[in-house]
Amino acid sequence: MSTVGRTWPAEAARVPAWVYTDPALFAREIDVFFQGPSWHYVGLECEVPERGAYKRSWIGTRPVLLVRDEADALHVLENRCAHRGSMICWQNRGVVKDFTCPYHQWNYDLRGNLLGLPFLRGAMGKGGMPADFNKAEHGLRRLTVAARGGVVWATFDRDAPALEAYLGTEILAELDRTFSGRPLRLLGYNRQLLPCNWKHYLENSRDPYHATLLHSFFLTFGLLRTDTAFRAAPTEGGRHGIMASTYSPETAKRQNDATRQMAALKSDFRLEDTEVVKPVDEFGDSSMHNYSVFRAVFFQQHGNSLAVRHIIPKSEAATELAWTHYGYADDDEAMRRRRLIQANLMGPAGYVAVDDSEVLAQLGTVARSAPDSVQVIEMGGRDTATQDTMVTETLIRNFYRFYREQMGLA
Amino acid sequence: MSALRAELRDLYDDYASRLDEMDLDGWCGFFTDDGTYKVISFENYSQDLPLALIECRGIGMIRDRVAAIRETAVYEPRQLRHFVSGVHVDRAEGEVVAARANFLVAESLSDREPQIAMVGRYLDRLVRVGAALRFRERLCVVDNYRVRTSLVVPV
Repeated sequence: MSTVGRTWPAEAARVPAWVYTDPALFAREIDVFFQGPSWHYVGLECEVPERGAYKRSWIGTRPVLLVRDEADALHVLENRCAHRGSMICWQNRGVVKDFTCPYHQWNYDLRGNLLGLPFLRGAMGKGGMPADFNKAEHGLRRLTVAARGGVVWATFDRDAPALEAYLGTEILAELDRTFSGRPLRLLGYNRQLLPCNWKHYLENSRDPYHATLLHSFFLTFGLLRTDTAFRAAPTEGGRHGIMASTYSPETAKRQNDATRQMAALKSDFRLEDTEVVKPVDEFGDSSMHNYSVFRAVFFQQHGNSLAVRHIIPKSEAATELAWTHYGYADDDEAMRRRRLIQANLMGPAGYVAVDDSEVLAQLGTVARSAPDSVQVIEMGGRDTATQDTMVTETLIRNFYRFYREQMGLA
Repeated sequence: MSALRAELRDLYDDYASRLDEMDLDGWCGFFTDDGTYKVISFENYSQDLPLALIECRGIGMIRDRVAAIRETAVYEPRQLRHFVSGVHVDRAEGEVVAARANFLVAESLSDREPQIAMVGRYLDRLVRVGAALRFRERLCVVDNYRVRTSLVVPV
């Protein structure tokens, strides 16, 4: 028996459906993963470009604010008044001098320090706070923050390892590929609410096997196919997962043993305007690198479409997916247009991503109908090694090894 | 002006009925060859952020969107009903008509009750092609903070 009264199936490479449906397990995940020694993606520096700029974000189910103060330092504050727990900031983005809670007008500076509150000394000699009330003890909860290459991370745990140690050298190398310090430009957001568990989405982003079957748009235009060089690399004991693939215009025309098994490959499908599937090789390696960083973020480079997918759990049965698309401040008009046109591949209406959303919505329903059913993740074997094929579930096996260890689900 | 408004109401109703009937080829016919079609969140639109949910520049991309829905997209069967109201002419000088209207899209998935999938407004620029008004630019600004699951069929 485990700490949540659940027993994992004994057989290797199995996942029980109750991991997606149990509200008690979800509550424990929030404690273990969100309050624990994990680093969480909060946003990009280019979202808060000027002093006093803020944006709302989420760490697990908790609302937070990413703020740039008057001295250019970044802070992440819980968006919860220290007084009565009201949400302080109701706007998604903006620029302010300070924050005032709408409920009782407690006022905080950009670092979350309580500056003042109405009627501190009462009114007409009555009421007011006790004489020993110390404003310094009633600021907003401030998280530990680290920024690297324009990406901002935060943790609730003062004893968390350094961000670099948490991410590990392989993820750091991936981050440095697109977040090299070259100034970023925000292109915008897309958001969707999926009726599935957050792990369903996380697994989807570590599952190259589905991509080679489900996403006929990818296959047909040679952007992601089983017959091209591919690497599925778990890192840090399964905490993170990297998928790196190559593409070329020639791939689209090629037929072979692998393509014959891809029912979704539509060799006679043509676009009138191929701009959406014509990336330029801006990183000089004809590659698409996509990687899932635990807890809840997926970094996407599909051609020239650069985005961060933030997986925000709402409950065991609902997950928000927030996409932040970005480019570089020095992109020329042609590259800016390319990024925006290629964004048609992804997001809630994406030529590729719609398939995932629709399938995941069904997974949630079915898991709730059969929580004791067991899923099979044996593609590519039962072990947890790095593999150089798309036809593998090694990243999902790795994730569950890590997950069970952290959750005490032996 | 009231004649133009009546003409626009008819056009918007016809447009809605093509989408309700899933006559997506018919939908393409409402655009000029250089027409642009964009669905963008209010969040992005109000902050001048360019990212769209759907962005088609030119009739080729508009027809490709339809072809992809038909040929490559995997999605749960659904019935859609489009409700258009509040048709308003912003400007009608020279050859371009600038107009706006509200939309509401109700979505009925194969095994569930209908729900409101989207609410927002159309911000349009239309020109005459022969006698008929066609969209040179249709911007669909969606009020939803989040899309429910996915957006398959154009708005």
